[in-house]
Amino acid sequence: MDLYKGPLDTKEIFGRWLDEEVRSNYGAYISFVGTIRAEDGIEALSFDIYEPVLQTWFDRWQEKAKKLGAIVKMAHSLGDVPVHKSSYLSAVFSPKRRVALEMIDAFVEDFKANAPIWKYDVKKGKRIYASDRSTPMDGAGLLA
Amino acid sequence: MIKVEFLGPIAQAPIEMEAETLEDVSVRLKEDRTLAQWLDKCAVALNDTMVNDLKIVLKDGDRVSILPPVCGG
Repeated sequence: MDLYKGPLDTKEIFGRWLDEEVRSNYGAYISFVGTIRAEDGIEALSFDIYEPVLQTWFDRWQEKAKKLGAIVKMAHSLGDVPVHKSSYLSAVFSPKRRVALEMIDAFVEDFKANAPIWKYDVKKGKRIYASDRSTPMDGAGLLA
Repeated sequence: MIKVEFLGPIAQAPIEMEAETLEDVSVRLKEDRTLAQWLDKCAVALNDTMVNDLKIVLKDGDRVSILPPVCGG
């Protein structure tokens, strides 16, 4: 898992991931790219990340993947990412396609629900928490 | 003494407090009206491990993190 300040260089990262696994004998490589759409007058999105909990979350997924003979990879941006640039990449490598196809779906959905990352709209240089698009994590409300 | 830190958009400096369990932390945080508004939406980590039990006994130096709703990607 890698975090980068600002937008992701998608071609470099995807190419590197392919190179890393070129001799691993995986038959399938399924990738996902999250790109910032121009909508609601935003200039960019901005991200805060709590890395220790994100790493634990990712390590748990890596364990799940390993049991199926697969691996997961992920990259995410920190700070501002302008519209039409990418902030999130993930991929699953597996011996055969079915595991990778199913795992990329489960992995990306759980990422949206439980990865400790906070999103802000950037409008006129100001960061505004995207509360309406954010999801309480599993176990939320414990202290309420 | 334990430390409570507030992540992401919760604009609040960390708080140090005496607390034996997470239940004590809950009681204390609810005294602050601004923080109380966040609590029903927030998950909790203890020393960077997500937790889901108010009865967990805390020890000196523990760090409790309050995690508001997320939206990565």
